[in-house]
Amino acid sequence: MVTLGDYLIVSGILFAIGFAGVMLRRNLIVILMSLELMLNAANLSLVAFSRFRLQPSGLPDYNAQIFVFFIITVAAAEVALGLAILVALFRARQTTDVKDITQLRF
Amino acid sequence: MKSILPWLILLAPLYSAAVITLFTLRWKVLSSFISIAAVFVSFICSCFVFARAGMPAPQFTWIDVRGVLTIPLGLTLDQLSRMMLVLVSGVGAVIHVYSLGYMRDDEGKSRYFAALSLFMFAMLGIVLANNFVMLFIFWELVGFTSYVLIGHWFYRDAAAAAAKKAFITTRIGDFGFMVGILMLWMATGSVVFAEITPRMSMLTGHPTFLTAVALLIFCGAVGKSAQFPLHVWLPDAMEGPTPISALIHAATMVAAGVYMLVRVAFIIQGSQTALLIIAWIGTITAVLAALIATQQNDIKRILAYSTMSQLGYMVMAVGLTSNDAAIFHLFTHAFFKALLFLAAGSVIVMLHHEQDIWKMGGLSRSLPITFVTFIVGALALMGCPPFSGFFSKDAILALAYKRNMPIFAVALFTAFLTAFYVIRLLVVVFFGKSRSDIARQSRESPLVMTGPLIVLAFLTTFGGFAFFARNFLALPIEKEAAIFVPALAIVALILGSGLAITVYRNRAGEPVDLELLRNKFHFDEFYSWLIHWTQELLAHIAAFFDRWIIDVGAVGGSSRGTLGIGALLRLIQVGNLQAYLFLFGLGIVALIYFAVFR
Repeated sequence: MVTLGDYLIVSGILFAIGFAGVMLRRNLIVILMSLELMLNAANLSLVAFSRFRLQPSGLPDYNAQIFVFFIITVAAAEVALGLAILVALFRARQTTDVKDITQLRF
Repeated sequence: MKSILPWLILLAPLYSAAVITLFTLRWKVLSSFISIAAVFVSFICSCFVFARAGMPAPQFTWIDVRGVLTIPLGLTLDQLSRMMLVLVSGVGAVIHVYSLGYMRDDEGKSRYFAALSLFMFAMLGIVLANNFVMLFIFWELVGFTSYVLIGHWFYRDAAAAAAKKAFITTRIGDFGFMVGILMLWMATGSVVFAEITPRMSMLTGHPTFLTAVALLIFCGAVGKSAQFPLHVWLPDAMEGPTPISALIHAATMVAAGVYMLVRVAFIIQGSQTALLIIAWIGTITAVLAALIATQQNDIKRILAYSTMSQLGYMVMAVGLTSNDAAIFHLFTHAFFKALLFLAAGSVIVMLHHEQDIWKMGGLSRSLPITFVTFIVGALALMGCPPFSGFFSKDAILALAYKRNMPIFAVALFTAFLTAFYVIRLLVVVFFGKSRSDIARQSRESPLVMTGPLIVLAFLTTFGGFAFFARNFLALPIEKEAAIFVPALAIVALILGSGLAITVYRNRAGEPVDLELLRNKFHFDEFYSWLIHWTQELLAHIAAFFDRWIIDVGAVGGSSRGTLGIGALLRLIQVGNLQAYLFLFGLGIVALIYFAVFR
């Protein structure tokens, strides 16, 4: 029997992998992909919560699932935007390495 | 109709002032006649009110905070105020007429008469007020009109400065007066004279408080009646037109302080300390002013110092608990001092506004009426027997003889000095040879100016006879001192005049030079030094506060604080995406920690 805890552990591992990717990788594309991974970790836990929180009628609580759809939509938009910025940045700087992009400071 | 009469006394001059200011400023002659009509209405109504005791006057409630403060608008019509009404409106009427002549060619004649009417309103208000709040309001209004009238020739720097000086100096005293009124109200819960009288027992248990209240109220009189140490404004106030000097700064307004003291005597007499201080302040003022007067060269200033000196006598009498003597002297003084000032004004006008007595001389031939009336006033001022001043001054001297010997000695010395400076003035101005061309070419003043002089000279001569005075006042005649004191006073008088005649007969310039007296005991210098010093001190404190607290502390501090915090925060701003993320993650962890585990 798979419990809520199992889902949350998987979700947590996914999130940790994503966060580590964002923190450690230098390539912006990989960072973007790691971000998506973190979002999907959150989605997974939301769906799990939905499945394990039953309404009085016995059906799952769909609110969380609807929330997940919203997250997927926003994530898609965000990826599109992020990739567009990335392409523009690459055209300007010929690099996607975050170490080389440190101009935005005092 | 009859009950309106007392209010009419008060409101006629106000009406005149309003009409002149609003409508007739352009028609000078019309303005002056409106003003004169108003003062005569007041005078005639005053006579009616005086003749009939116990006339009712309607009373209104002005401010009514239940149980805390009730201020009525009411009139006091006792013997004292009815007498003062006749005096104020009578002298006022005479001086209004005289002003017609004195201010004949003045540009600001309408303004002058409007202010004069407003002054009459305020002064009559002081006399009629039946509570402290009304009294204080009219008191301030009198101060304001005095300011306006001293500064009538405001384009002269000296006049503008004198007006300011008078206003500010009297305000210092008025502040004490106000505090005294508030303390009294705090203690008794009422501001109406008639209501405070039965409640005096609430105060007599606290002698220190009572003394403080009495002295604070006396402060008002010190300012208005030009008593030492706030006397400096009165001589300077002579920059105003001479009728103003006569009316405001000799006969009525400066006497208002004495009138007020008599009005609140029931409070003052509760404290022996306060009485003693008041008596000595009066004595010091009397002798101080008389000493200064012996060395002045401006005819009006000499008279101003003599006014101060006489006011000192009145305050002395109040301090010696004889209101009757004070009021009697106030009454006679109003006539003879108004007379002296108006006569001096006649001299000044005929000499084309020359006020230096050493440029006059020999005027007894060219201005005979002025000369004779001036002599009458001067003899009354000195306290020469048949004239009114003798009786009133004698009453005060006898009083001092009975109550306080040191004060009597000083008062007698002051009488000697008075005789000295008055005779000096007479000898230098009216006798000997003329010392300048304008003095030689002078002529007698027109009837509109000599008429009032003659009226006042008549009153001065007969105003003091006991039978006449008894109709006004029940003066207790001091039997024991009845012969001894007048004899001493007359000896002082003869000595003083004799000395003055020997010293000043046929002199072309001042033979005696006493630097200290000529410079008025350096009071003006001392006060300007004091003001300068306190002002410097305050300015330094303010500058320190501004420079260090405001500039460096508040303004500089906030800017430097912002810069400092900015510099600190800049250290975090490295531009590395992953460093930001790391901090961001730390923040999240901290938030979760505080949200979940706390």
